[in-house]
Amino acid sequence: MRDVAIVAFSQSKHERRIETQNEIEMMMPVVGELFDRTGLSADTIGFTCSGSTDFLAGQAFSFVTILDAIGPWPPISESHVEMDGAWALYEAWVKLQIGEIDSALVYSYGKSSPGDLPKVLTTQLDPYYVAPMWPDAISIAGLQARALLDSGKATERDFAEVAVRNRRSAMDNPKAQLAGEFNADDILAEPYLASPLRKHDCPPITDGAAAVILAAGDLARELSDRPAWIRGLDHRVDAHALGLRDLTVSPSTRLAGEKAGVGNAPVDFAELHAPFTHQELIIADALGLGDDVTINPSGGALAANPIMAAGLIRLGEAAERITRGDGNRAVAHATSGPCLQQNLVCVLEGDD
Amino acid sequence: MTIDLSTIPALDGVEPVRSTKTPLHLDYEYTAGIAQTRFLLGLRDKKLLGQRCPKCHKVYLPPRGACPTDGVPTTDEVELPHTGTVTTFCVVNVPFHGQQMEIPYVSANVLVDGADLPLFGLVQEMPAHEVRMGLRVEAVWKDDDELETSLENIKWWRPTGEPDADPSVYEGQM
Repeated sequence: MRDVAIVAFSQSKHERRIETQNEIEMMMPVVGELFDRTGLSADTIGFTCSGSTDFLAGQAFSFVTILDAIGPWPPISESHVEMDGAWALYEAWVKLQIGEIDSALVYSYGKSSPGDLPKVLTTQLDPYYVAPMWPDAISIAGLQARALLDSGKATERDFAEVAVRNRRSAMDNPKAQLAGEFNADDILAEPYLASPLRKHDCPPITDGAAAVILAAGDLARELSDRPAWIRGLDHRVDAHALGLRDLTVSPSTRLAGEKAGVGNAPVDFAELHAPFTHQELIIADALGLGDDVTINPSGGALAANPIMAAGLIRLGEAAERITRGDGNRAVAHATSGPCLQQNLVCVLEGDD
Repeated sequence: MTIDLSTIPALDGVEPVRSTKTPLHLDYEYTAGIAQTRFLLGLRDKKLLGQRCPKCHKVYLPPRGACPTDGVPTTDEVELPHTGTVTTFCVVNVPFHGQQMEIPYVSANVLVDGADLPLFGLVQEMPAHEVRMGLRVEAVWKDDDELETSLENIKWWRPTGEPDADPSVYEGQM
């Protein structure tokens, strides 16, 4: 496998509603920061790949206009996935592995404020048997949380403690939208939003953007004093129909984690893309992460959840911590679809 | 391995389901952004406000906030005149559902003087068959009390009577 690393990561300040800027204006400073830091430009980067969804903007081919943000002329080599940016990174990584290119720009953005997000997410459900009932995203997550409680694997207090830890960690994250000191008892005294989920079990609705630069071999060492090497990367999918799955486990995460080699050596910390508190428990279990592993030092998707970017941000946050020397081996995870349907796992390592 | 995909006997002769309805209605609040907000507010005051790229100096109308060539913010605002040149056009002869215009009518790209990106609009007040590339036109605006933050404020473009523009004016726009 070719040595490929995340050498730079940038993200916007995440907010509930970025009213003045459109998607291009939101994306441009984030990409511009990476160009400045690495000295690369649209002309010199080997490949550009983005992840977003038209359903957030309510506009067909909305991602095409966002290319204005990077200066795609003369024509560049470019691609887009209608998925979280973590999967755009996967596509770029494959191209780097093939050896066609030495660098890639990956970006993604999610401006959820134009629409009614819980309903927008309904459109990813089965269009014949589920979507016509219009279950919103929080109710669907509630089904999964209920199943987890009924299985005896977790309690509502476990959920609350995940919320407390993530919001506390987010206090050290200057880009976070939601951070603060809470306690589990107070949270458990709050009413249900979609039983058994309370407001604190849910992610904020976020406008935000993120980007990373990937580089191979010597170029990576040139661009970063301590590149975060991608030592394993895999993604897997579970059945779309919710009724076909045991919602209390995540076989696709487990398999992707095995293929990425999560268990081959100790893990220092993990960035898990768990929009809802109970989902962090399911993912950590599927990846076999023990109590000794620090989970979501950034505050995770509970601190900021720009749809389509929150997964890429997990990879970027983990890479940035490796580069900083907070640890030497990290796991980053991204999810997509209802109730953790699709999952991507990445193992990142520093040079010891 | 042979896979049998024939229907079960109980479905013999049953009318197949050919459609099912999933009503879908989502409302969005459009975020115009900084550049387009300036443009749309300008239209309300009958002003055409473009933006210039600081690197290649092209003027974009409407502006979207970034130069699609250089990937940098277009920060210089430029007020443009209400005159321009037809760069290309289409005579619409085909009736279609929802059509509001009497056919034949002319849709055209109009390169406003000083801009590097044509605007889409209608050409009226002249027989359709006389519309041509290079035709000099001016904007016909709605009445002042009907102005909104919309490009529909320009009802159509009409000929100014000037001689046609030299093709060099619009050769980069085709």
